[in-house]
Amino acid sequence: MSQPYRAANGGLIDRSRALRFRFDGVGYEGFAGDSLASALLANGVRVVGRSFKYHRRRGIVGLGHEEPGALVRVGRGARAEPNLRAPQVELYDGLHAQSQNRWPSLHFDVGGVNDLLSRFLPAGFYYKTFMWPRWAWMRYEAVIRAAAGLGRAPAEPDPDGYAKRYAHCDVLVAGAGGAGLMAAFAAARAGARVMLVDEQPHPGGWLRRSADAIDGGPGHAWARRAWDELAAMPNVRAVSRATAFGYYDDDLVAVCERVADHVPAPAAHQPRQRVWWVRARQVVLATGAIERPLVFAGNDLPGVMLASAATGYAREHAVAPGRRAVLFANNDAAYDAVAALAGAGVDVRAVVDPRRDGAAAPARALAVAAGAEIANGAVVAAARGGRRLEAVSVHRFADGRLDPAGRLLDCDLLCVSGGHNPTVHLFSQSLGRLRFDETEACFVPGESFRAERSCGAARGLTALDACLLDGARAGADAAACAGFAARAPEPPAVAAAPEHAPPLALWEVPRPRGTRAKSFVDLQNDVTADDVRLAARENYRSVEHLKRYTTLGMGTDQGRTSNVNGLAILAQTLGRPIPDVGTTTFRPPYAPVTLGALAGLETGAHIEPVRRGPLHRWQLRAGAVMHNVGPWQRARYFPRDGESMREAVAREARHVREAVGITDVSTFGKVDVRGRDAAEFLERVTINRFKNLRVNRCRYHVMLREDGFVMDDGTTTRVDEHAFYMTTTTAAAGAVMSHLEFCAQALWPELHVHLTSVSDQWGGLALAGPRSREVLAAAVDGADVSNDALPFMGSMQARIAGVEVRVFRITFSGELGFEVHMPAGHAVTVWERVRDAGRAFGLGLYGTEAMAVLRIEKGHVVHAELDGRTLAADFGFERMMRKDGDFIGRRALEREAFDPARRRRFVGLRSTAGKPIPAGAHLVWNPTTPPPVHVYGHVTSTCWSPNLACHVGLALVEDAELWTGRTLYAVSPLARTSAEVLITEPAMIDPKGARARG
Amino acid sequence: MILIPCPHCGPRAQIEFSYGGDATVTRPDPLTTDTRAWLDHVYLRDNPRGPHLEWWQHVGGCRAWIRVRRDTATHRVLGAWPATGDVDAEGGA
Repeated sequence: MSQPYRAANGGLIDRSRALRFRFDGVGYEGFAGDSLASALLANGVRVVGRSFKYHRRRGIVGLGHEEPGALVRVGRGARAEPNLRAPQVELYDGLHAQSQNRWPSLHFDVGGVNDLLSRFLPAGFYYKTFMWPRWAWMRYEAVIRAAAGLGRAPAEPDPDGYAKRYAHCDVLVAGAGGAGLMAAFAAARAGARVMLVDEQPHPGGWLRRSADAIDGGPGHAWARRAWDELAAMPNVRAVSRATAFGYYDDDLVAVCERVADHVPAPAAHQPRQRVWWVRARQVVLATGAIERPLVFAGNDLPGVMLASAATGYAREHAVAPGRRAVLFANNDAAYDAVAALAGAGVDVRAVVDPRRDGAAAPARALAVAAGAEIANGAVVAAARGGRRLEAVSVHRFADGRLDPAGRLLDCDLLCVSGGHNPTVHLFSQSLGRLRFDETEACFVPGESFRAERSCGAARGLTALDACLLDGARAGADAAACAGFAARAPEPPAVAAAPEHAPPLALWEVPRPRGTRAKSFVDLQNDVTADDVRLAARENYRSVEHLKRYTTLGMGTDQGRTSNVNGLAILAQTLGRPIPDVGTTTFRPPYAPVTLGALAGLETGAHIEPVRRGPLHRWQLRAGAVMHNVGPWQRARYFPRDGESMREAVAREARHVREAVGITDVSTFGKVDVRGRDAAEFLERVTINRFKNLRVNRCRYHVMLREDGFVMDDGTTTRVDEHAFYMTTTTAAAGAVMSHLEFCAQALWPELHVHLTSVSDQWGGLALAGPRSREVLAAAVDGADVSNDALPFMGSMQARIAGVEVRVFRITFSGELGFEVHMPAGHAVTVWERVRDAGRAFGLGLYGTEAMAVLRIEKGHVVHAELDGRTLAADFGFERMMRKDGDFIGRRALEREAFDPARRRRFVGLRSTAGKPIPAGAHLVWNPTTPPPVHVYGHVTSTCWSPNLACHVGLALVEDAELWTGRTLYAVSPLARTSAEVLITEPAMIDPKGARARG
Repeated sequence: MILIPCPHCGPRAQIEFSYGGDATVTRPDPLTTDTRAWLDHVYLRDNPRGPHLEWWQHVGGCRAWIRVRRDTATHRVLGAWPATGDVDAEGGA
């Protein structure tokens, strides 16, 4: 018979919609409304996974995020997702799930041998055993890692999309149980913008599992009506399947919405998941509570389940998690499980309660009505069974002492409850302080730090009427704090909370003599009560150390069911009160979040913005091969038919030296500096003199950081008495602009200077080569560009194709050269006019690679040399350094370490034997001497020089004058290559600079 | 992600800003400060736990450099002021 454990009627499932699914290859059937866990239970599947360390069989224990054992891999191929908690997987038709951490199969698992060896695998075993010899740890680790671990992530790229959304609201309510719904009502009716998020597919939280009536009807029906009413309000945004997983600074709450995890694949327009970043004025945490298990021998057998989970499966899904059940609970609330299970046709044999007088009358009546035997002052001291639970051993228990004589009760389901832990994770992440509640024996929210308040079960309340009222008050309080006139609405009518007896804190049941079964605290990471005690004996007394040493609470469930039990056992061992021992720090995320959801749309090409200059498309049409330079796309080279990159670059670079070339320099940073103190300002931020610079003259400038190292270089042109036009390198444009703004706004606010970034407003082209003046003369609209009218380092306004441009006589290649800067919108017009004019002179295109070759040949620096560790004097720039007055970085040059005798200086390199100079190589005397050897310097740039017909490079070398004219070896141990190099002047072409001035 | 009350633009998310270091130090007078004290100024910064005055630039907004008092232990922002003027005066957002 299909679904043998499904009750004949009841439950919030749609029996008219049968769903087929497969688990480990076997086909099953469930109903719409099932979770994977409830559907597996309905089909009698009890063992669904293996534990992390001992590979012990794991069944379904919980109902939600707290599930420590039933971790499965869902989906196939690229859509597969590992480590999903079966109770949280919504069933859909065609779902494929697989168990994890077992080989070759769930029921016969080789790793289970760890369990037989478990005496030898105590806490910290790996740390203790594999640390010797020390070098071998890396090898052990690989084997240990392969044997441990849980699910496997798919190796294929994820076919689905993920979205990110920012939202703002006055009041965010996390959780749509009774308290959360009331809070949302209170805030929404006051007029606040409310966002209500709930992690379940259906609202109501515990109301879907409880027998409590609201307004005379079922609680879940009230919750549905309330949710629908809220969702229809214009000032409310209600999102289901959405887990608030992180509470960050200034009330920024991250919410992960599972948009399409409940269907086989997202619809074409849908992301699979969406992360909401919600900035809330006020937050209401109505996150409920999670039941705590009890620690006793054999408590990890499949068939041992939280009482709340059994209640949930019975009521919400009409599933009997077993045939014959025993309840073991220290509190009255858990007795509800008896009624729920009886309703699903389970034979509840006994209720075992460690309290001497047991539960109060209303709870006791539930047990009596179900025909269950009541054993007060008793405990389940051991669960027994092979592959799953078969019986429990019940013992009398008083004053912490166990009666050694027990009796066996046959059962296949043991429901346990050790009380409830309020879900304080978000509260704790918000830096709120926890307080230990001695009566309920749990941590509850104490003093708040941010604009949040907890309500309902999340702050330790248990009765429904109290939770509803508390939620209403919390919502009204939040709205009032957000500036709205609010009052708490009247909660709906519910039955008064029944009288109940206080719970009895019971952290661990003593192990009966002769029982070897372990008492587990953490079911996912296989941490036992003995492990906790061992750690304490070994002086891991801080709860944070205990956690790291034993891995308690470090699984995907984040210790939801194990943390409090673990630290209580630690406190008992240390003989200290629980609040003194404290809890570990809760950190985001509250629940696992996929990396895809966190990345959102920012993947692949969208990881960062791509910037394209105004000449980008023109160059693409001209056959440019593009590459990234900082954020920009730039033309690297322009290959002709059949040319390799090296051939193309050599041709372009040769052509510039022999005739003339044109290249795009639009990506330079450009800053308009103006005001009556502009020259004074420039003298303070550069090493140069600017007050004596005449209008229409350019100057090469160098900027230092305050620690004396070079920050950036460029050219600055005086375009007017009180206006300068500065260029910066492409890569450092943003950082230089911020630095200049700091200087102007913060350091010297008294200076009259105004800075404007005009990088995007101006495009630029460079003309270089002996015929560049002829090209320029043919391109400009009737201006004189002769050496007299436009001398070296001169500048002028001109028109090209009717466009107002600024021409600079500056060169990066060392050849006669010009730059033309034009309004970016007219860049193509100007560029094409210059191209047309250049045809007669053989004007060729060149890209960034040829530009690099030309500047290396000429010994010009870029950020390969200006790497933040070099001084102006290292490059001989001290000649242009102003001797009087102050500038940024000047005083730091007084450091002893900056003594020129101790500095490496800038030199050129030529390979003597035709071998390439390895990039990043070090300069040594003998390349065959094994390290450590003395290093005389390092290579900063290398290339093949088509104009010198040899491999060349630039380097920084100590005692540069001594080495100039002699040879060293450039060695790269990484590339296992070396080349003999001749040390030369940095400028290997036209060292006197005659060409640029011609 | 903290919320910074830019004195020019109002409260804005941290991603619009970039951090600029300790705002409690001022650049000494280059003419009267000896080398030792100057280098201390360049290299030495306190790393206090608790309220700290810091430079931030609203790079994705008005581009103004502002001074923000932030608790380094809790990230709570205690106030923000323009680049110049008294930090404890009126106008601290």
